[in-house]
Amino acid sequence: MATGTEPPSAATGVRSAGRASLAARHLRTDRWWLAPAVTAAGLLAFVAYSTWRAFANADYYAAPYVSPFYSPCLAENCVPMRGGPNWELFGSWWTLSPALLILVFPLGFRLTCYYYRKAYYRGFWASPPACAVAEPHRSYSGETRLPLILQNIHRYFFYLALPVAGVLTYDTVLTFRDEHYAWGHAGLGTLIFLVNIVLIWAYTVSCHSCRHVVGGRLRHFSKHPVRYRLWTWVGRLNRRHMLLAWSSLISVAVCDLYVYLLATGAFDDPRFF
Amino acid sequence: MTPVTPVGPVERQQWDVIVVGAGGAGLRAAIEARQRGARTAVICKSLFGKAHTVMAEGGIAASMANANPHDTWQIHFRDTMRGGKFLNQWRMAELHAREAPDRVWELETWGALFDRTPDGRISQRNFGGHEYPRLAHVGDRTGLELIRTLQQKIVSLQQEDFRTTGDYESGLKVFQECTVTRVLKDAFGRVAGVFCYDRESGRFFVLQAPAVVLATGGIGKSFKVTSNSWEYTGDGHALALLAGAPLVNMEFVQFHPTGMVWPPSVKGILVTESVRGDGGVLRNSEGRRFMFDYVPEVFKEKYAQSEEEGDRWYEDPDDNRRPPELLPRDEVARAINAEVKAGRGSPHGGVFLDVSTRMPADVIRRRLPSMYHQFKELADVDITAEPMEVGPTCHYVMGGVHVDSETAATDGVPGLFAAGEVAGGMHGSNRLGGNSLSDLLVFGRRAGLHAAEYAAGAAAAEVGEEAVAAARAEALAPFDGESFGDAAENPYTLHQELQQTMNDLVGIIRRESEMAEALERIAELRERARRVSVEGHRQFNPGWHLALDLRNMLLVSECVARAALERTESRGGHTREDRPAMDRAWRPVNLLCRAADGGGIELERVRTEPIRDDLLALFEKEELAKYLADEELES
Amino acid sequence: MSTYDARFRIWRGDADGGGLTDYTVEVHDGEVVLDIVHRLQATQAPDLAVRWNCKAGKCGSCSAEINGRPRLLCMTRMSVFARDETVTITPMRAFPVIRDLVTDVSFNYAKAREIPAFVPPAGLAPGEYRMKQEDVDRSQEFRKCIECFLCQNTCHVVRDHEENKPVFAGPRFLMRIAELDMHPLDAAEESGLDRRRTAQDDHGLGYCNITKCCTEVCPEGIAITDNALIPMKERVVDRRYDPVVWLGNRIRRRNGA
Repeated sequence: MATGTEPPSAATGVRSAGRASLAARHLRTDRWWLAPAVTAAGLLAFVAYSTWRAFANADYYAAPYVSPFYSPCLAENCVPMRGGPNWELFGSWWTLSPALLILVFPLGFRLTCYYYRKAYYRGFWASPPACAVAEPHRSYSGETRLPLILQNIHRYFFYLALPVAGVLTYDTVLTFRDEHYAWGHAGLGTLIFLVNIVLIWAYTVSCHSCRHVVGGRLRHFSKHPVRYRLWTWVGRLNRRHMLLAWSSLISVAVCDLYVYLLATGAFDDPRFF
Repeated sequence: MTPVTPVGPVERQQWDVIVVGAGGAGLRAAIEARQRGARTAVICKSLFGKAHTVMAEGGIAASMANANPHDTWQIHFRDTMRGGKFLNQWRMAELHAREAPDRVWELETWGALFDRTPDGRISQRNFGGHEYPRLAHVGDRTGLELIRTLQQKIVSLQQEDFRTTGDYESGLKVFQECTVTRVLKDAFGRVAGVFCYDRESGRFFVLQAPAVVLATGGIGKSFKVTSNSWEYTGDGHALALLAGAPLVNMEFVQFHPTGMVWPPSVKGILVTESVRGDGGVLRNSEGRRFMFDYVPEVFKEKYAQSEEEGDRWYEDPDDNRRPPELLPRDEVARAINAEVKAGRGSPHGGVFLDVSTRMPADVIRRRLPSMYHQFKELADVDITAEPMEVGPTCHYVMGGVHVDSETAATDGVPGLFAAGEVAGGMHGSNRLGGNSLSDLLVFGRRAGLHAAEYAAGAAAAEVGEEAVAAARAEALAPFDGESFGDAAENPYTLHQELQQTMNDLVGIIRRESEMAEALERIAELRERARRVSVEGHRQFNPGWHLALDLRNMLLVSECVARAALERTESRGGHTREDRPAMDRAWRPVNLLCRAADGGGIELERVRTEPIRDDLLALFEKEELAKYLADEELES
Repeated sequence: MSTYDARFRIWRGDADGGGLTDYTVEVHDGEVVLDIVHRLQATQAPDLAVRWNCKAGKCGSCSAEINGRPRLLCMTRMSVFARDETVTITPMRAFPVIRDLVTDVSFNYAKAREIPAFVPPAGLAPGEYRMKQEDVDRSQEFRKCIECFLCQNTCHVVRDHEENKPVFAGPRFLMRIAELDMHPLDAAEESGLDRRRTAQDDHGLGYCNITKCCTEVCPEGIAITDNALIPMKERVVDRRYDPVVWLGNRIRRRNGA
């Protein structure tokens, strides 16, 4: 990035020749920087936490709870979880954390999500930092070329997110067992897992690609009443996509943290029955 | 400081048809003319697509019989004549009723998306004065849909021209933000073009064409409380007068019963009639639905006598009579005026219009989205929770340029046409809601058609140099106002005084002495307007624009006052306290206004053509006896 | 009724230059910013240029920026500002200025012309169109647009990058493509016109990075991003980035060659 004052001939954007001459990049008087700052801070905190936990390769199972970061667990080096989401697709050659194998999918889903795109374009890339606040970049090509043109594969990450959410649902069912694998248990962890899985599904289903696939692509809703109804429902959820994106992000981290606390023995799971 | 104007020839362009105004009528005329092969130029004061037509909320009246299969053009014609108290130019009313459905359907083929009936046809809603649900609509933004559709049709025609000629504007061009100050004529008294200036730059130019269509809308800006935008300065009325064409029945000015009354900055802005059509009721400060007290004798059998019956009508219109809130606009406006005068008004000088107790909040938000929006944003009033305060506002002028019913040609100036609000006659003494948009389409098309045909048979237009020089000197005069020294006048002050005069003295209720006083004041204002002075330069100078518009408003105001003084009866949009009754002898009389030689206006009484027998046969004998003059009844 | 004196800073000037000028002007109860501009015209600055028309938020003429935010002058109530706050008004900053608060918005009219018009279906006469309400709902939302061009003004793709203007139609006109693509009777496809392809290739849909400023500033509350732009991007994916379709096209092309 060029710094300092630019010669008038190189003026771009709101300072382009012909536009109302004003030196200020913007004249907003409200705290326009707050939203992108909070967004960036929140995303950074999650990235830091999840990186630590994903590479830790430890403390992710405390029967009957398995951290959503490690589920399904696809390598041989996974902790055996009775009846749990062990699925040794990868052999013994995989020696890194098994979380890395599976996190690619939710990561890709969220990275290409229409809401998160807005959040990080604004929060990290300042493109734009806020509405009517000039961005610091010389040129801009949006999502027209590599790598950002790859954002268009969001739909396929949505398809992949479905089985992952399915496995997490299975994990949630398993939380109704106790630590000796006997059914009929419910602890605080069960409740946290339940809330998490509801939020995960709500976030997944409220996705714009989902909205398109279930009905948005149709021209005549009147000829497809069932899909129209589905589209309406998804649309209603979709309006809260941002809220769901954040709440499911937090709930997933809380789930993992809870398992970590149980696994390290810092805490005992309070039982309801 | 006189701005230096480049001396030299004013730029000229040659076209076949020029349309002045880009509202519904103007755009429809331009489309028709272009489709008939005429090279057409449209000139408008605002940006393309911003015309006042966007303010129309209710809908387009057309007897498509989608909502009620009994509807026909004859019934629409009958409603229109009743609404206009039989003063309508009946052939226009007939053509209008016959052609309106085709004009609406045609919009769909250009991409319009009206609200639908369950079986997929165009939905139609109830409106004041219409016997059946007849108004094609899109929520409460029908005017916007109309303008956008016509605008996009024009763009599509330009795309066609681009494909064949490589130039989007070769066959149809919009000159936006330009004002016409004069219709220019050739040595034989035929139309030869228009003198214009570009509002952005102040540059003058002349468009030459054998045919000019006036479609400039109304005159509301002569009044203080009005629903009209700044553009409504009676330009087309004045252009016609100055070109030698007469105006007809200018005394009839419609005051819409429900305009906002608070806050002051939005006073006059419209509250759509669909609020009442969908169940809204009017109450005074005592909580009484006072409209039941104001049903006039001629309408007694057609309106509900009790609140219960009125309420049942919304669900079951076939077996009940409609509530009196849906009387024609003039009746409702007078009733509100009377309630306020009697001290039963709302805190800000209106009455209450309530939907909050009549419908659930979400239904209100869905059916009346822009009203909800408008009150929330402008008045901080939540109409789902509290009543609105409303009062009469100057809305529409029924009078206008006197035109031939079939061709929209003006009277006595070959090549000059007029359509839409600027044309008079169609609505008689009072316009029904919804008839305006259909009027624009029906007569906009006719004007475009006949202008194109006329232009095809006419010689190339040629404007003389003297006419151009005179028009230019007239337009520049306000910059020389400083030569009057202390006697120089501010255009804003003159405008405010004119508005106050018209509002107070030629407003909704009129008296002989007040109208006479108004005429004196207008004459005085006309004198002072000669000394109007503006500062600055010609580039986008609002003071200068207003100074030029003043001439038009003064001319039109004088027409209204003079005709109102002459017509010694009350009828539709003309109510006289000293002559409170309708006088059948005035039924076959039209008042024509012409520009007098020494400035000012002279009046002429003319008898109208008798209504055709088959059209008269649509009415009961007893009803005709209430309206027609004695000699008409005999024959 | 209460009255107070408010401080304003208004951009005065033209394409050759200009700057903010200070004014102190009376404000009454219930007024909007446009009222104040009019009072200035009538009392202190008779040649202050401003574009306006309906004064009821329906025509979209009086677009400008108030305290740096794109807004309609007629729909911004004075009561949203503190009495001691200086209110700054500038013209829209994405378009060339003509004078004072008036900008040259011809960019938008040029773009409007480049969007292929509605294609009426063959074989349906006027009056024979049948469309269900649920099929027109989506396009009707987009037709609420009053063309104030605030979305075009705020979109950083052109606001901050003049050089993108030739290749990017802007939110208003990408929404127009969406409106036509969702129109239940539009016959573009039958006529050989692929609106999705033109959206991506000719009108720069790919430049949109869905940061939603267009939706934020829309005075009509149209969900431009969620209901028009993103669904349009998904429709482009159907055409362009679906591997099955892509593979099919490759094979067909090879066979054809």
